[in-house]
Formats: sequence, structure tokens, C-alpha cells
Amino acid sequence: MTADGNGSAFGSRIRKEDARFVRGLGKFVDDVVLPGMLHGAMLRSPMAHARIVSVDVSAALAHPRVKTVITGEMLAERGMAWMPTLSYDQQAVLATDKVRFQGQEVAFVVAEDRYAARDALELIDVEYEPLPAVVDAHQALAPDAPVIRDDRPGQQDNHIFDWESGDAQRVAEVFAEADVVVEQDMLYPRVHPAPLETCGIVADMDPVSGRLTVWSTAQAPHAHRSLYAQLTGIPEHRIRVIANDIGGGFGNKVGVYPGYVCAIVASMITQQPVKWIEDRAENLMSTAFARDYHMRGEIAARSDGTILGLRVRVLADHGAFNATAQPSRYPAGFFGVFTGSYDLQAAHCSVTGVYTNKAPGGVAYSCSFRVTEAVYLVERMVDLLACELDMDPAELRMRNLIRPEQFPYDTATGWRYDSGDYPRALAKLLDMAGYHDLRAEQAAKRERGELMGIGLSFFTEAVGAGPRKHLDMYGFGMADGAELRVHPSGTAVLRVSCMSQGQGHETTFAQLVANELGIGVDEVDVVQGDTDHTPFGVGTYGSRSIAVSGAAAVTVARKVREQARLIAAAMLEADPEDLEWGDGRWYVRGVEGAGHTLAEIARAAHADIDLPDGVDGQLAASTVYNPPNLTFPFGAYLCVVDVDPDTGQVTVRRFVAVDDCGVRINPMIVDGQIHRGLADGIGMALMEHIAFDADGNHLGGSFMDYLLPTALECPSWELGETVTPSPHHPVGAKGIGEAATVGSPAAVVNAVMDALRPCGVRHADMPLTPAAVWRAIQGRALRSDLAIR
Amino acid sequence: MDITVTVNGRQYRRTIEPRVLLAYFLRDELGLTGTHLGCDTSNCGACVVWLDGLPVKSCTVLAAMADGKQVRTVESLARNGQLDPVQQAFIDCHGAQCGFCTPGMLMTARWLLDRDPDPSEERIREAISGQLCRCTGYENIVRAIRRAAELSNTADDDGSSAALAGEQRDEVAS
Repeated sequence: MTADGNGSAFGSRIRKEDARFVRGLGKFVDDVVLPGMLHGAMLRSPMAHARIVSVDVSAALAHPRVKTVITGEMLAERGMAWMPTLSYDQQAVLATDKVRFQGQEVAFVVAEDRYAARDALELIDVEYEPLPAVVDAHQALAPDAPVIRDDRPGQQDNHIFDWESGDAQRVAEVFAEADVVVEQDMLYPRVHPAPLETCGIVADMDPVSGRLTVWSTAQAPHAHRSLYAQLTGIPEHRIRVIANDIGGGFGNKVGVYPGYVCAIVASMITQQPVKWIEDRAENLMSTAFARDYHMRGEIAARSDGTILGLRVRVLADHGAFNATAQPSRYPAGFFGVFTGSYDLQAAHCSVTGVYTNKAPGGVAYSCSFRVTEAVYLVERMVDLLACELDMDPAELRMRNLIRPEQFPYDTATGWRYDSGDYPRALAKLLDMAGYHDLRAEQAAKRERGELMGIGLSFFTEAVGAGPRKHLDMYGFGMADGAELRVHPSGTAVLRVSCMSQGQGHETTFAQLVANELGIGVDEVDVVQGDTDHTPFGVGTYGSRSIAVSGAAAVTVARKVREQARLIAAAMLEADPEDLEWGDGRWYVRGVEGAGHTLAEIARAAHADIDLPDGVDGQLAASTVYNPPNLTFPFGAYLCVVDVDPDTGQVTVRRFVAVDDCGVRINPMIVDGQIHRGLADGIGMALMEHIAFDADGNHLGGSFMDYLLPTALECPSWELGETVTPSPHHPVGAKGIGEAATVGSPAAVVNAVMDALRPCGVRHADMPLTPAAVWRAIQGRALRSDLAIR
Repeated sequence: MDITVTVNGRQYRRTIEPRVLLAYFLRDELGLTGTHLGCDTSNCGACVVWLDGLPVKSCTVLAAMADGKQVRTVESLARNGQLDPVQQAFIDCHGAQCGFCTPGMLMTARWLLDRDPDPSEERIREAISGQLCRCTGYENIVRAIRRAAELSNTADDDGSSAALAGEQRDEVAS
């Protein structure tokens, strides 16, 4: 399928961004250097929970290269000790009363260079009165649990919210009818997006104009600007947020962090630019983590494998401040899509959020607002059901998948899936993988005592948030703006509100416009990430760029094309209704090859022809796109693992992925997005883990402890595709940024569990490290979220 | 302290604090911001440069240790406006996404290809296994390095770094 344009701009394998990246000429935030620039460093709490008795910064201030030290008290005087979170909680910018997680921000040193700033941290004397820490989410609601958030009026426990979805009564009915019910506790552990570039900012307050310019790693530059305006009192039109190149985000760079606010305040105080770049330990200890969902799933089915219902209870560990970044009315994100890709009669989930003495966050790491947790839950439950029924897990899935004729499909929890052909994707996967041969190989290996596992997952994503009627971020509807201007020569500039972190927007968005206007991809430049030069929008996360901003780009291009039609009609002295668009030109119907190209029309628009009503002397338009629904990409994954029974080491031998993200605008970029997410799945399933000891000490503060997959852990990915266009997106695209991260962990875990089946292992939680697998083989449990062995 | 370092063929004399890391020296003193810092613990390899012909993680090398030595960074790969084959191959194969790990990957790739002009996939994966990429799942980096090998091997003049690296390579070999 192509759009109304000539379609030639789709499918090409190019990327505009690479010319600078391969030369080392990307412009990342730490590359920004301004005259007189100072450097900030953050003092952080060594304890998970403690009362602050005193903060003495006098020795630090006496350091010859220190300009100032900002404390919580100083911020409190300015009314900035606390900042609002995206979940309508408040988060300490610098602690004034207590510290509530290890790594929390306590004081901010500003010095002439980054070394001196770090030196001065050692000179600050903070006296803490230690308090007992709440580390285990299951203990957070115990009657004697220490209250973490005594700053909140009326808060007398660690409870944040209860949220539910679905029909509990109906679920009880179908469970009563079921032949078999399988239940399982499972943890989606705390992990971290860990983009290779950490978070950072350069803040430059111009004392004369009153203008604040901020360069930062912001996935949502406009939202950041709004928050800075609210917090500092600087009018919004005098704040400019610029995100140049961002070295990966994955949700880690959506929110505003205390270091950003401190750098801004420091620039206001010193009247000099201030740079703050966090180090890796700070990134892993204090910025948006992901997951930490303690789930209990129950699945009910008939003995023939027909799934009837699903019930889920979740305890959500949100850390010390409720700062999860998701649409306001969805405290558990889009976890409500936990019925996955299956046609079942009833479902219900309830989620309770709690505070613990850990860093805030929860919605990040390409999770599509917690669709990761939902997919993991349902795909593990389906595999457990297959074990219980002694059915092949592929057959069980095929039996229960939503059928193509059921779309648009209304789920038991109220979501309307837009389009899909699930059985086709699964069949393609099984064919590509050689599923039956794999099972035969596995049977032969089991005879010899070798542990080989084959794991499947089938996922449905919920992305492209979203309709502003239902979805907002901190009160901002999740629509996105786009502005397009065609220059007199027929080249164009597109300005969008989303912000790439490596996804290649400069290329893909240029392709979208080029496709509509019949001009070259090189003839369209894309401007993003600069609030002075782009329309308002809520940014790039939740795989929303192509689904929302991309739709805005197409919409605005079509508006311009319609302007061009009117001008062409004037040029051709024809009725606009008699014109047709094709091959990059407007021509009088029946006279193909004649007519005018966009460049000719653009030139005429700025010349002396009599312009018809309805057009200005230019080709330019703007729009705000408000999507009618989410989009629902889907896919079928298969993972093959070998497990060493003596060491518990898991080797991923193959990974086959069939993705359907609707129409693919740049297939090369789409494949690259999938590759990344598949590696995420290996990392989360086998390696990655933010763990704590019983006192709340963070045990994963470096890449020596927080293990990420390298080229050696990753197999060569085998990709396949089906294309089911979204019926409501203007070019049928759905979005691909997070699909593989959502779908792949379950496939890896299912594969390992399949391998361990002869050992009598039914379930073990991620990460399936050699130690965890070995213990599972020995029949010993492991709470992977705690360092309790 | 005073140091003299030759970076990308050009000699620099600077007075520095003894504790300054090579990565910051390159970035802050010389303005060569193609070398990135991602972890501070020599795990991620975004900071890989060559020191006397050997790839090193410049976040854990003192600038003082480069005194009197040759450093090579990503900025040297393209010469006379001509991209190195590894750079071209990263473009051709979509080996870069966010671009943050890319310079370090390119420096390791060039080093590998100078020693093994026809590396297997396994050899490539091993060579870059001390470096992290969060965007590509490594697939297209591996493909790009394979393609670079093919580009180099089919070119009349291999146009690579041999001229610049030759002397350094001899030192390593000895």
C-alpha cells in the first residue's frame, strides 16, 4: 500500500543522520560548550531512608574553584524544593526533610570545571539520622511499615493507588465453568533503560533578556519547557528547550530530573551557563527505572485448550515518588491490554501502587506504557496453561488467537484493536523457524539429557497515544503538531513536535512528506527538538512518533498539496476539480505528463499570478493531529536456547521474529528498531536487574553490575514480516519503536522454561542468570528483586 | 604537568592536571567531541580511541599516559573528504542509530580490519564484545564491518588508515 502520493519515497534504504554520526560530528548535550560555562555535580544520599539533620556546605563554598552550592533550603526559599511529577505527585528536587532512596539528590555544586565540582562534593557535610527502609514491595503496606511520604498531607501509609479494569463478576463466572485453572506468581523485575548517553543539560539564563535557553536530553522538549515555566516563573515564551542529538532514550529521558532544575537555578544565580552531565552510576541509581511489577496471574480454560478468562493481581513498586510517565488517567499505564492477542470471554486486573525506598520511575525502557508487563504476563500464563494441558504452545496459541474477521476487535477490558491477521503471523513464524524440526531436535536432545528450549510469544502492542479525549500527559492532550513550508524552489522544511533519540526521524519524516508532495527525500529537511522552532507536542515515547507525529506530517503535506492544486488550477486556467495528482504534478485530467510540479507551483505562488481564493502567496500549512484511536502492532516471536545443566548458563541460539507494524515507511530503519528490541529481550530475560540489599543499597550502579547484552550474547536475528495497515492512520503505519522490547522477553523466558521442563521447573523469574537457572534446576527459589539468597 | 600528544597526526602541547582522563582531554582541551563517554568504568567502549595503534578505552586512560604517544580518534577516519570504508559501510548497513557508540565501534572496526582484512562474523562479534550498543542489537554493526571488509578488499587503493597507522602497527607488532 502506498499513500495518495506517488509512493516512491517509501521503502528506500537511506538515513540522513548517518553522515554526521560516522564522522563523530553528532551534536550531543555534552558537546555543547558556551563561553564562561560552569559545571555542576550532584551530592547524593548514601542511605535509602534517613532524616536530614544538617547540611553544611561551608567547606565546599570555600573551595577556590567553586562558584556556588545549592541546597534544598535554598530551593525552598524560591519555592522550588519540590517539583510536580507526571503522575501528579511531587518529587524532591533537593532533599530538605528526608532522603527517601539511595542516590537521592541532596546538594548541587557549581564550579569552574567538572573535576573541581566533583572535588567539592567531598567537602559537604551532611548529617543523617537513619530510618528503617522499605525495600520489599510486599512489605510496603504492612501496618508497621515506616511511612515514606510523610511530606504528603494525610498520607499515613505507603499506598499510592488502586486501579482496576475488566469485569470481576464475569471472570468469576467463567472461572467457575472452567475445566482447568492455572495460577502463577511472577515478577517483572526492576530494570533500567540505560541509554548509552546519560542524561544531561546545559542551562543558560540571560539576565538581560530574561530568556532561558536549555540544551538537554529531552524526549519531550515542549513538556519540559512547560514544566520549567511552571517551576521557575519564567514565562513560557522566554524559555527555549533544545534537544540536539540524543544518545538513546528508551523512556529514560521523558521526565524532568532534579539535576536539570538545579542547573537552571544555578544559571539563574551565577548568571553564567551551567552544564550538568550525570555519570553512569547516577543514571542507573536515580533516573527512571522500568517495570518492578509483582504479578499474580490466573488463567481459566476448557480441557480442549479454549481460553475462557484471565485474572491478574499486581503490586506495583513505584519507588519513593510516584513519577511514572504515562497518560494521567492510566496509573498502571496500558497494562489493561493484558488479554493480549487472544479472544477470551472475560478478564479482570487490579493494580495497587506502593511507595518504597527506591528511585522513582516505572514507565520506561520501551515499555509502551507497561504493555511489556502485560504481554509478559499473558504469554507466560499461556505457556503454563499449555504445560498443564500438555498441549503444544503453538497449537494452544493458534486455537485462541483473535481471528482476522473479528477486527476491529473489542477486548474484554475495553480496548478496540484496529486491525490484524494474527494466525498468518504465527504461521509464518513457525514456517520460518522450522518449528516441527526444532521440536524433533529437542526430543532427541532430551533423550540424551541435553536441555534445549523453544519459546514462543505472540504480542499485541498498544501504541500511538493518543486520542486527546482519553489521553493526556500532565493535562496536555496527546495530539501532535506539524508545520510544513515549501520554499520557492520547491524544497521544503517540516517542523514536528516529536524528538528522535536515534530512530531516524529526519529520514522517515522526510520520506512521509516527499511521498505526498512528489519531491525528493533530500529536498525535505526535518526540524525537531527545538521549542522555538517546532509546534507544540508531547514528545517521542510509547512508539507514538509515526502513529501521531507521522500522521500529522502526512496531514500537513496533504494540506499543502491541496493549496498547490488551487494554485496549479490558476496557472492552468482550469477548474481545481478537473485536476488530478500523479507522478509529482497536478495536471488536467486526461493530460498526464503536462501540468505543474510542486517546484513550479511553489515558484508561481511567490510570483505575480492572480492567486485564487483560499491560498496565500506561499505553500505552507500547519496542523494538530488528534488520532482517533491507538494503533496495535503485533508480532510472533520464537527463541531457541540451550541450557548448560551444570552451570545454568543459557545460550540463545536462534531468535526468529515476525513483526507486523502496518505499512513500513523505511524498512531498513524498521528492522533496526526490531533488532534493538530483541536485544533488550535477551538482556531483560537473562541479565539485566536493578537489585537492592535489605537496607535499600542499590547493587547495580555500574555496567559491571548491571549487565547488558553484548554482541556475544546476541544471535543473528532472523526477521520476517506481514503487513496489515492501520485503518485509521493516513498511510496505514502503526509504529515499531518498542514492539520487540515488548514481545521478546516472554519468548526467551518461555524458551528457558521449556528447556528446564524435564527438570520439573515450572517458573522462575527474570533475570535467568546462570545462578538463577542453576538454583531452579536444584529446586530452590530465588527472589530476584532482593539480594536475599 | 606538561604533556605532548600527537592526535590524528598533529602535535599538541598542553599543561594539564595529572588526573585528567584522556577522554576529557580530547573532548575538553582539543574539542574532539567525537569521542564519547558512556560509563566511566571501561565497560561500554563509546570512548575507544587508538593509543600507539592499540584501541583503548580513553575514559580509563590518563591523558598523562598519552604523553609522547600517538592518539587516533574517529575524526581522523575520513581523509580528504573521503570516508573510510568502515564509515561508508556503517551508512550502507544502518550500523548507527543514535550515533553515540558509533565512534568507538568504528575505531575498533578499523583496527580489526587492519589486522584481519577478512574477519568472520564470530571474530567481529568478539572484537566488539567489549563495547555496548543499546540501539542496533549489534546485527547491523556486524554486517557493516563485514561490508567494510568487502569494500576494502575490492577497492583498488584500499583508502584505509594504513598510511597513518602503519608506523604504529609496527610498534605493536614488536
